[in-house]
Amino acid sequence: MTHEQRERRSYFIGFAACAAWTALAFGAVILRLDQITALWIIGVSALAQVVLQFRYFLHIDFSRQKREDLQLILFSALLLAIMVGGTVWILADLDKRMM
Amino acid sequence: MNLLFGRLGWTDTPFAELIAHPSVNTAVASGAAGLVILGALVTTVLLTRYRLWVPLFRDWLTSVDHKKIGVMYIVLALVMMSRGVAEGAVMRAQQGTALAGGFLSADHFAQLFSTHGTIMIFFVAVPMIVGLINIAVPLQIGARDMAFPVMNQVSLGLTASGAALMMISLVIGQFATGGWTNYPPYTGLAFNPGVGPDYWLWAILISGVGSMLSGINFAVTIYKKRAPGMHYMRMTLFTWTSLCTAIMLIYAMPPLTVSSAMLALDRLLGFHFFTNDLGGNMMNYANIFWMFGHPEVYVLVLPAYGVWSEVASTFSGKTLYGYTSLVLATMAIAVISFTVWLHHFFTMGQSSSVNIAFGIATMVIAVPTGVKVYDWMATLWRGRIRLTVPMIYLLGFFMLFVIGGMTGMILANPSIDYQVHNSTFLVAHFHNVLIPGVLYGVLAGIHYWFPKVFGFRLDERLGRVTAGLWVVGFSLTFFPLYVLGLMGMPRRLPDFDDSAYGPWVTVAGIGALVVLAALAMIFFTFWYSIRHRDRFAVPLGDPWDGRTLEWSVAAPAPEWNFARLPQVRQVDDFWRAKQDGRAYAPIEEYEDIVMPRSTAFGLVIAVASFCMGFGIIWHIWWFAALGFVAIPAAMIFRVFRTDTERTIPAAEVREKTEAWLAAVHAATPVTRDEEDTPANRGRAVFEGNPA
Repeated sequence: MTHEQRERRSYFIGFAACAAWTALAFGAVILRLDQITALWIIGVSALAQVVLQFRYFLHIDFSRQKREDLQLILFSALLLAIMVGGTVWILADLDKRMM
Repeated sequence: MNLLFGRLGWTDTPFAELIAHPSVNTAVASGAAGLVILGALVTTVLLTRYRLWVPLFRDWLTSVDHKKIGVMYIVLALVMMSRGVAEGAVMRAQQGTALAGGFLSADHFAQLFSTHGTIMIFFVAVPMIVGLINIAVPLQIGARDMAFPVMNQVSLGLTASGAALMMISLVIGQFATGGWTNYPPYTGLAFNPGVGPDYWLWAILISGVGSMLSGINFAVTIYKKRAPGMHYMRMTLFTWTSLCTAIMLIYAMPPLTVSSAMLALDRLLGFHFFTNDLGGNMMNYANIFWMFGHPEVYVLVLPAYGVWSEVASTFSGKTLYGYTSLVLATMAIAVISFTVWLHHFFTMGQSSSVNIAFGIATMVIAVPTGVKVYDWMATLWRGRIRLTVPMIYLLGFFMLFVIGGMTGMILANPSIDYQVHNSTFLVAHFHNVLIPGVLYGVLAGIHYWFPKVFGFRLDERLGRVTAGLWVVGFSLTFFPLYVLGLMGMPRRLPDFDDSAYGPWVTVAGIGALVVLAALAMIFFTFWYSIRHRDRFAVPLGDPWDGRTLEWSVAAPAPEWNFARLPQVRQVDDFWRAKQDGRAYAPIEEYEDIVMPRSTAFGLVIAVASFCMGFGIIWHIWWFAALGFVAIPAAMIFRVFRTDTERTIPAAEVREKTEAWLAAVHAATPVTRDEEDTPANRGRAVFEGNPA
């Protein structure tokens, strides 16, 4: 398999996988699953697609020359988790105590 | 509403207020406004008198040279610091005379502490740090410029535009009274319909974008522009701390922009993010603001730690002790600083489990800082120590900063924080970390790198007096505040009638006078050194027996920094090169050097963003729209410019470099005993490792 074929195959896999996850999210809404389950499915599908986009379209992998990019992406993910998670925790706690 | 002038009227100046209600209070306000106008007038007259408008525009305001941009950042910071220190002294005078009735109104006092804090953090500490990084980092990594030189100019422009809004608030209208954090709902439309909070918001929004762009610029520069062989673990500690600070700026500035933008939407368009009614939640403002606010203090202090590392190593003639542990500690601080923001609002009402988690995280962050202090002390141990000005600042830092860190540990305990929060104990604590930590670090850095930028040293004797005054002035001003805080004195207090406070506020007031003297000495040192610059000249470029790449080029550093990009082999590469005789090697082949061309783009963005901010603050919508449209218009115009680079011919590079190299080889190297004498022209005797 030539480099170009491999490249094309990789894009196709990425496209198909993203389409599948999108369909799953739409399916959760169309099939009128109960709200919590549907939100979980949509959330997981969104995260999965972020990873797929990085891997197949932005070509971030574990190779050496991508290491700096990968580190920055993981660091961003860590900080987002800290900030969003912390905010949810703090404000939910305050909300509970004011009820 | 007036279509032409919005809500701006003729009575919106302190002068009108002075005429309507003559008192000491309004006279102080008018005096401050008069100083701003006088300063602007004197500058204009002097620039015209000495025909400096064209050189100023051509060589500085349109320059994209990282060294000049760094200098402009520091000049801006020094101007703003003069105002900030003066405001601090006025506040100390008010509290010192409070038992006799004081002389300021409560509202005026509230403006003073709000502008003092805002200026000191956003327009003194940040530009000083950004300025130092601009000056030193490209030289230390062996690069010719920043990754994005024009964006660098835009960052400076946005910062200056925010600073201009701060200054004009003295003359037109009134600044916010909500402290430097500008907490709603007090700063919301319902309680503060005036322009004050809007001044704060737009100064912060505009300069905040500039800081984030600086962060991106520094990070990309350090990632992509290092000289061949400059692996990560060969970078100087200052570069390491700058990298961590840059990454922190990228992630810490957006929360500030978000919280300010939400509050601006509340005030301008009737949103309800932080209002009392209609579902607003002002506690979320504190939450988002401190997601920026806490990392911010480490953004400021990390580069200062970097300066300490350079200073400790250079002035004791030793390789830094524990290089790897210092790098790891820097990274640890950068990450942990994002996990502690709740300790700024322990008393807001969340459960103790939340408080404890953030309290422990806060205590953990002291560990890597402690590691650093021990590493610096071990660097000094058995070194060939010269007690130069940066070393005096380092000693002051060791003693005072550790005390500030200890009181931070005390405050990190939520149950103690409940006792002393919002007291002057807290005020003493954060001044105790910011002044010995950040300010001393920056002043040491300025003294250290000044010869590299301007080609002559600053006077050592005056510098030592200045450093001494800062140490004494700080101690006298802020240690009494610890006692006052434990006695129960709240922060931001315009007047009181407890006579027990009297002696302590008097001592603090005397301390403020010493700090004023220290500030004056900074300017006097510059003036004196410039007057006698021939005696202090170090054109050969290495006045301190330096260890890192920036000292391997002439002083002032040429526009292109390095005639040939260096090949780096190890940590402290220049010092090793001097050891192996590789230093000052002749260059066989010179090449044309392509440098970015000067542009007025940053200046245009600065003026446009100022117009936008001022227009929005005063509801002069046509003016705001003008600025708002001018920014994308300038960007589009800029995109069509193709001649953005200019080539410096190899012959010119050869001529200057050969002349410098010839002078280096002809010079007699000086020993470290002569460091402080006119014999020091910038070539050092290689003295090897201290015995």
